[in-house]
Amino acid sequence: MTNTVHEPSEQALIQLLTPEGERRSHAEYDSYIQDIDAEMLRGFYRDMALTRRFDQEATALQRQGQLALWVPLRGQEAAQIGSGRATRPNDYIFPTYREHGVALTRNVDFPQMLRIFRGISNGGWDPRENNFHMYTMVLAAQMPHATGYAMGVQRDQAGWDAERLEKDGTAVVAYFGDGSSTEGEVHESMVFAASFNSPVVFFCQNNQWAISVPFHVQSKVPLAERAAGYGFPGIRVDGNDVLAVLAVTRWALERARRGEGPVLIEAVTYRMSAHTTADDPTKYRMSADEEAWLERDPLLRLEKHLKDNQLADEVFFKQVAVDGDEMATRVREEALAFPDPSLAQSFANVYAEAHPLIQEELKWHLEYEAGFADTTEEGATR
Amino acid sequence: MSTFNLPDVGEGLTEAEIVGWKVKPGDTVVVNQVFVEIETAKSLVELPSPYAGVVKELHAAEGETLAVGSPLFSVDEVGSRPAPMANVPEVADIAEADTPVASEEPGPLVGSGPKADAVKRRARTNRPAPTRPAKAPGVQGSAPAIPAALADTISRRAAELGHASTRLTAAAKPAVAAFVDRVLAKPPVRKVAKELGVDLAQVTGTGGQGEITRDDVFSYKAQREAERDAAPMFWSAKGQEVDGRVVRTPVRGIRKATAKAMVESAFTAPHVSIFVDVDASRTMEYVARLKKSRDFEGIKVSPLLVLAKAVIWAAARNPSVNASWVETENGAEIQVKHFMNLGIAAATPRGLLVPNIKEAQDLSMRELAIALNDLAETARAGKTSPADMTGGTLTVTNIGVLGIDTGTPIINPGEVAIVAFGTIRQKPWVVDGQVVPRWITTLGGSFDHRVVDGDLSARFMADVASIMQEPALLLD
Repeated sequence: MTNTVHEPSEQALIQLLTPEGERRSHAEYDSYIQDIDAEMLRGFYRDMALTRRFDQEATALQRQGQLALWVPLRGQEAAQIGSGRATRPNDYIFPTYREHGVALTRNVDFPQMLRIFRGISNGGWDPRENNFHMYTMVLAAQMPHATGYAMGVQRDQAGWDAERLEKDGTAVVAYFGDGSSTEGEVHESMVFAASFNSPVVFFCQNNQWAISVPFHVQSKVPLAERAAGYGFPGIRVDGNDVLAVLAVTRWALERARRGEGPVLIEAVTYRMSAHTTADDPTKYRMSADEEAWLERDPLLRLEKHLKDNQLADEVFFKQVAVDGDEMATRVREEALAFPDPSLAQSFANVYAEAHPLIQEELKWHLEYEAGFADTTEEGATR
Repeated sequence: MSTFNLPDVGEGLTEAEIVGWKVKPGDTVVVNQVFVEIETAKSLVELPSPYAGVVKELHAAEGETLAVGSPLFSVDEVGSRPAPMANVPEVADIAEADTPVASEEPGPLVGSGPKADAVKRRARTNRPAPTRPAKAPGVQGSAPAIPAALADTISRRAAELGHASTRLTAAAKPAVAAFVDRVLAKPPVRKVAKELGVDLAQVTGTGGQGEITRDDVFSYKAQREAERDAAPMFWSAKGQEVDGRVVRTPVRGIRKATAKAMVESAFTAPHVSIFVDVDASRTMEYVARLKKSRDFEGIKVSPLLVLAKAVIWAAARNPSVNASWVETENGAEIQVKHFMNLGIAAATPRGLLVPNIKEAQDLSMRELAIALNDLAETARAGKTSPADMTGGTLTVTNIGVLGIDTGTPIINPGEVAIVAFGTIRQKPWVVDGQVVPRWITTLGGSFDHRVVDGDLSARFMADVASIMQEPALLLD
């Protein structure tokens, strides 16, 4: 083996669509995308394009002072849509704070994703509704949650036969990045998942930069190779290739559901934008580096594939752009119209069930609030 | 009229400088159109307009620093005046009935300071029971009243503009410009530099990718301080004896050697100096490409590398520049060297040193880059040995790093040619009858006229210049 640290051999990276949009066959993974027809491909493109348009609008809203912060995802659309579309409704997803594309695939409405960034909610949606956990702001904190959840799933599904597991089994996906790969929680989660053979897929979007720290400082070997140390498979996939990501994630999820244990997927991608709106990547990385990745833009790749194979016409691409703009207008309107949270709501979040002391305090608070001449209904007071 | 206050575009920033306005009063803006560029402690940021309408006022001048929350610009919104379309009654109704609609829309979340009604004292009544509010909830929180069709047009236009501006920025900022403009340093290092008042452009980076490290900032600061601290004490009071006001320093060591060498050279070798302006844009592109190439990972690459290679290449085509004038018992001799020990003039803490790279003609581009790095590091560390400095055959002096365009260099004794490499900066340049910004540098050369005649020195300089203009010629 003469693989260098930073450039693993081509065959080690699973790719089904080249950057030029050409379909490459793969002995092992073709079977995982046999059902993908033109309509589904157009759907993936639409998902990715809408996510990108949403990302632009949210960035603008932050620049206009309407969001405290925004976490852009440009460049990572294929990794997110491919993996998200591989999940089933009863799978459970633990995202970082950048998984807007995955959130879309889990039916979270775009404006809801802005609530936490607007500072009016600690979450933004009910995680139980779509089995999509809340965005986790603390780096890697979602990893033990995911492994713990997977261990719980094992207990719920104890005694199921293979057929039932395959059909109704739950798998868990833990999203993380190259930056959090250095956190202790990732190690602990992987050790536990391996020890208990838990149904969790560790999905790493290696976007090359942990804010300003380049990947080669984070790890001397491709992250996927670390899986060997824990005793489960690690696989590197071209994270800008939606088909490869879909195939590999499906493979990993099926394996997990069957009870064959965890998998580490390293989706090799690139953060084409800033780490957050509070960051300026021009201060620490060369624009040549950024330009080199422009050619590998995940949307461009799928667009070429669709056009070259006459799977979508100009009307389709125009419609996607129009729908994106309409969605962006709606996102803006809804975000600006979010009511401020009322203090009264906070009382409901203390105990799961009614508690006498809290009820008493809530009553006092409501009476106090009602004692003002200009009182309006809770939630509408600004 | 709606006024947009400067938001906190980072996390906890308190102020920003206006770098440039993209609009002026009277201009029409659409939602998300970039209207100003600001620079915060963290980054250079373009702000998109939250309003669609006509710009009324810019509240700050370029270069001014504004506190977060201060008014930035004001816009007469399309939504708050009768729409140009006749059959859109809703807009007109709203505008007439309730002019302050626009000002009641939710203000910026961050950066606008405390909300007015948050500090307002509210009148109390003694009525204990809550009453139903007169207004339905949500009215105050509704979005600006722009009819759907108009909003749609606006947003599409905004998207077009957005795309256009992305393209423009990408085109106007080629890799080269970014490479030359930019000093690489991580934000904590920038913070330290700012706190210490150090201009990063003046600091030489020693990091793995040529970035400036914290240590670089500190050592630069220490060096500058030592120089600056001495300045106020420099002038001594009148009235003392002349002797007390003159500091005598015996000329020794490097100063003495430099003086001797310069006198010897200047007064024995008749110098002829020539200059040529070169469009070095392709050199800059080439350097940028080398930087990102894997072979050059961790190696500092600069335009000096290309110049060094160009000088070696041109010397082979014009051998008499790589020579010595030697007085022998049987009269003078010209000794042409079929090897290149390339001298590089280096300013060091000890003074000017001219170490040379031995057998430079045999080095590949990568080896030459490593040799240049080693030479500079050794010199900076004050570890240049006498052997490193003897046997030079031709010298390059990189005065450009000091921001100087050109000068007449004095030939290193024992050699007959020296090349001065001026600073590279963007200048107007005529290409195909059009004035365009290009990366221009001036090459200066001094030659010992006893050995190198005018035409030969000119040919040599033209050859060096041709490589700077098109490094691909090196492949010939």
